Amino acid sequence: MRFCPLSNRHLRASTSRMWKSWLVGLLLPLAANAGIAQDVPVISGAIGFLNSTNTGVHFFQPVLAPVIAFPIGKHLLAESRFDFREFYAQTNGKTGPYEGTFFKTTQYLQLDYIATPKLTVTAGRFLTPFGIYNERLSALWIQRLQDAPLIFSIGTRTTGSSNGGMVRGVIISTPKVQLNYVGYFSASSNVSQFQAARSAGDRVELYFPTKRLEIGTSYARFLQGTHNNSVGVHFSWLPWRSPLQVRSEYAHSEHAQGYWMETTYRLSQWHGANSLIGRLEPVFRMQQVFRNSPSSGDGLPRTDTKQADFGLVYYLPHEVRFTSSYSREFSASGNANIWDTALTYRFLMPAWRGHK
Amino acid sequence: MIFRISRLAPTMARSSYLRLTLLTFLISAGVQGITIKPALAAAAQTQPADEQATPSPVRHKSASTSHLGEQKFKANCSRCHTAPQQISPRIAGTVLRHMRVRASLSADDERDILHYLAP
Repeated sequence: MRFCPLSNRHLRASTSRMWKSWLVGLLLPLAANAGIAQDVPVISGAIGFLNSTNTGVHFFQPVLAPVIAFPIGKHLLAESRFDFREFYAQTNGKTGPYEGTFFKTTQYLQLDYIATPKLTVTAGRFLTPFGIYNERLSALWIQRLQDAPLIFSIGTRTTGSSNGGMVRGVIISTPKVQLNYVGYFSASSNVSQFQAARSAGDRVELYFPTKRLEIGTSYARFLQGTHNNSVGVHFSWLPWRSPLQVRSEYAHSEHAQGYWMETTYRLSQWHGANSLIGRLEPVFRMQQVFRNSPSSGDGLPRTDTKQADFGLVYYLPHEVRFTSSYSREFSASGNANIWDTALTYRFLMPAWRGHK
Repeated sequence: MIFRISRLAPTMARSSYLRLTLLTFLISAGVQGITIKPALAAAAQTQPADEQATPSPVRHKSASTSHLGEQKFKANCSRCHTAPQQISPRIAGTVLRHMRVRASLSADDERDILHYLAP
């Protein structure tokens, strides 16, 4: 084998071209496979403009939260969700010019292998499955209230995402009852965009489809620094005959415990869901946190806190949604008024045309 | 391996890259063919293979199947979010696969909801 006396620059360029050739050769059949019939990759997510005033401090955030789902073959799905936002606030709190800080987050970037009807294996970065808020309600186009519950960080430390492996599926599935499970392990990571704590946990939930009633428990063990346990219970009820939705979570950790309960009622029973008034959905959430002992790094309020949130969601045509809320926070460290408004647009489209 | 490749790279002409792309494509397509062929065959047939193997009582009642799919959509997907106002039939399968993972849908649920979303 003869080697040309090329410079490092040429060597890097040639190597780069060769890798590109390999990638193109590999990805083309993948793309062709993914573009069949109804399995065209999806670009989804939301774009929004969030506006908040917390104890007189005003800030606003333009947000883009794209989701990509890419099926591979008959059993694999690669999916990801990112969050890009610019956080604008006044330099001196309540005075001075507005300055922006850019944040980008990889919330999940995972490969799902649907092994059997009752088992799915996931590898990569995924949303920590503790309770119902983080995995199911935190998306920009789903959340009705802009702020996460006060107890959010119990069980989901440190970022709400985990890096490692997860198994999930259904143990029992009948028309009347369904028993779901999730188990995961996460490795510690300080890599930018992929920060996660070393932890392990599970969630088991019982769902009654005929009643749309769900109860479940979650467990997480934090395996770095001081090891500790977090446990949680969640409940949701969406009666069939009414647009009422009730969701609640209770979580307990070594230093704090608390709950939130949210009820929503879309006024769709007046002239239908697409009428002027039928598009309106009042929201109420009550939440409390009780401090057992002080801890600076757990992301929870430093003192006992209770908060009532009153919100209004208005579903405009074409997947546009306007939300507004007022929250009153009562805390030993000082009471606060929080005003939030947001305008979001949810998008869902094929990544390319695909075959008919 | 990376070391060897990087040593080989300088000796390759532009046409070699094209040949390499073509070769990789063919090998990759050959391996992918295991999954492409059944998928193409399934797309060409009116009924999926697994459905033919286990006939369903509602197979010929499309209205019933669609209603069943709507019920299953409301029972599972609507637990967290409202239905999209529009969904292209081309992405219905991908959306359902995502939901199958998220909501632990069974294969039957997935099929029924798919029929509802993309009849």
